[in-house]
Amino acid sequence: MHASVRPAVSVNLPPTGTNIAARESAAALNMRMTVSRVNFFYGAKQTLFDVSMGIATNKVTALIGPSGCGKSTLLRTLNRMHETVRGARLEGEILLDGKNILSQDVTALRRRVGMVFQRPNPFPKSIFDNVAYGPRINGSKMPIAECVEQSLRRAALWDEVKDHLHKSAYELSGGQQQRLCIARALAVNPEVLLLDEPCSALDPISTAKIEELLVQLKDLCTIVTVTHNMQQAARVSDFTAFLLIGQLIEFSPTPQLFTTPGDPRTEAYITGRFG
Amino acid sequence: MSARLRWRKFVSAFMLSMTGVCALVAVSVLFLILGYLVFHGGASVSWSFFTRLPAPVGETGGGMANAIVGSAKLLLLATLIGVPIGFFGAIYLAEFSGTTTAFVVRYAADLMNGVPSIVIGIFAYSLAVLPFKHFSTFAGGFALGLMMIPITLRSTEEFLRSVPVSLREGAMALGASKWKTIVTVIVPSAYRGILTTILLAFARVAGETAPLLFTALGNRFWSPGWNQPTASLPVAIYNYAISPYEDWHRQAWAAGLVLLGLILVINIVARGVLARGISVSRS
Repeated sequence: MHASVRPAVSVNLPPTGTNIAARESAAALNMRMTVSRVNFFYGAKQTLFDVSMGIATNKVTALIGPSGCGKSTLLRTLNRMHETVRGARLEGEILLDGKNILSQDVTALRRRVGMVFQRPNPFPKSIFDNVAYGPRINGSKMPIAECVEQSLRRAALWDEVKDHLHKSAYELSGGQQQRLCIARALAVNPEVLLLDEPCSALDPISTAKIEELLVQLKDLCTIVTVTHNMQQAARVSDFTAFLLIGQLIEFSPTPQLFTTPGDPRTEAYITGRFG
Repeated sequence: MSARLRWRKFVSAFMLSMTGVCALVAVSVLFLILGYLVFHGGASVSWSFFTRLPAPVGETGGGMANAIVGSAKLLLLATLIGVPIGFFGAIYLAEFSGTTTAFVVRYAADLMNGVPSIVIGIFAYSLAVLPFKHFSTFAGGFALGLMMIPITLRSTEEFLRSVPVSLREGAMALGASKWKTIVTVIVPSAYRGILTTILLAFARVAGETAPLLFTALGNRFWSPGWNQPTASLPVAIYNYAISPYEDWHRQAWAAGLVLLGLILVINIVARGVLARGISVSRS
């Protein structure tokens, strides 16, 4: 398959969803990851149908859609976290820098494609040890302490925790814990960072901080975020993919998707008629 | 106040006091036992009780140094046999096995937990005494170790399973292999529960008498090495308590007090150690 050279925006789009100018601007972008013709099954139940899309380098890509549409499933295939579920099966091809991730060593892949989950999940260790976890198990070129500081700064948490790095991570607030999890993921210098509804368990102020952070972080790595919140997708992302019952309905640059959606189902969803 | 309200208040007060009384009874049993032991055995617990061998029949005094050391050796052996097997078996059950295997092993462990300890003693007798034609510390430790396996296995597995999936996923998403995840995240998250389990198993077998009757037998003298019959506190209590001598009865009480005291001290020290460190939040 030559999926890596396909212009991402055009694939799997119904004719109404294509906009020539947008297609060309996106085609010019460098694609960090390419998903092509992915079908996904939990046992006998198929949850993704022939999904193809590109993840642009150093951009934020948002996956939106109603509950159960497969957006989290799609995200979890990008670092093969779906393999932890018994009976999960993936067909198709996912490329990272042109190489199929399905034939790579899974631990090496997950070092390059980090993940932050829906609920903050710090380890029962100190703040320092949480961030140092990745560098310690994977080996780090930098001294650990330096790496921890850098990651906490990048996650905009350093100033709040620098005086008590050795306190339990559970003493932090929910929003701080989520930024700690982002710092922990950043500490292994991932090329891609996946976020699965990172703000759904947080209050509005913490959410605003994390959104701001995502926009800053795209200079460091490529970001893919799943969100329930359409305003959030509109605020933080460069590209948005709309999924519905396992199918990719529309994938366009974010301003275009929200202002001139190409598919009536997208329009129905973003105007709040369902989901 | 209406009659109905008065009735309801009465029922409420009655039930509240009942629950209080039951709680009090539950706790007071422990204190009654402790008090009884101190009352009967306290006077016989002296320095010589810990340092001297049992006195010959007819002489008063003497101690149970050999039984204390014997119990310690038996428990050490039991822990070395029971804890690793139970612990690693639990890791396999919780992390690797399929549902059918796990069900079968779990069921077998539950059954083994219910096997009377005297049957475990006979089993150890036929395996570790008969072939060698003599009783030994090793056989006693083996019997106690067998008893520790299912207790350690089942509770360790429960604690490993209670570690939230989100922590496993967090570690794996950072590039940790399954093995690394278990060693660096899952076991450390569950370690307090696991240690408590091991202590409970330890305390449980520390007082076992039946499995030792046919294995370690008992000994009125020191038992050098691991290959000879040895005295132990529970068997010493048993032998002394059924003897016709008044002085031996007092010694049996004292031995009971020492046994209980040792278990209490181990528990308290362990809880102190466990209270440090960071525990998993279960929110």
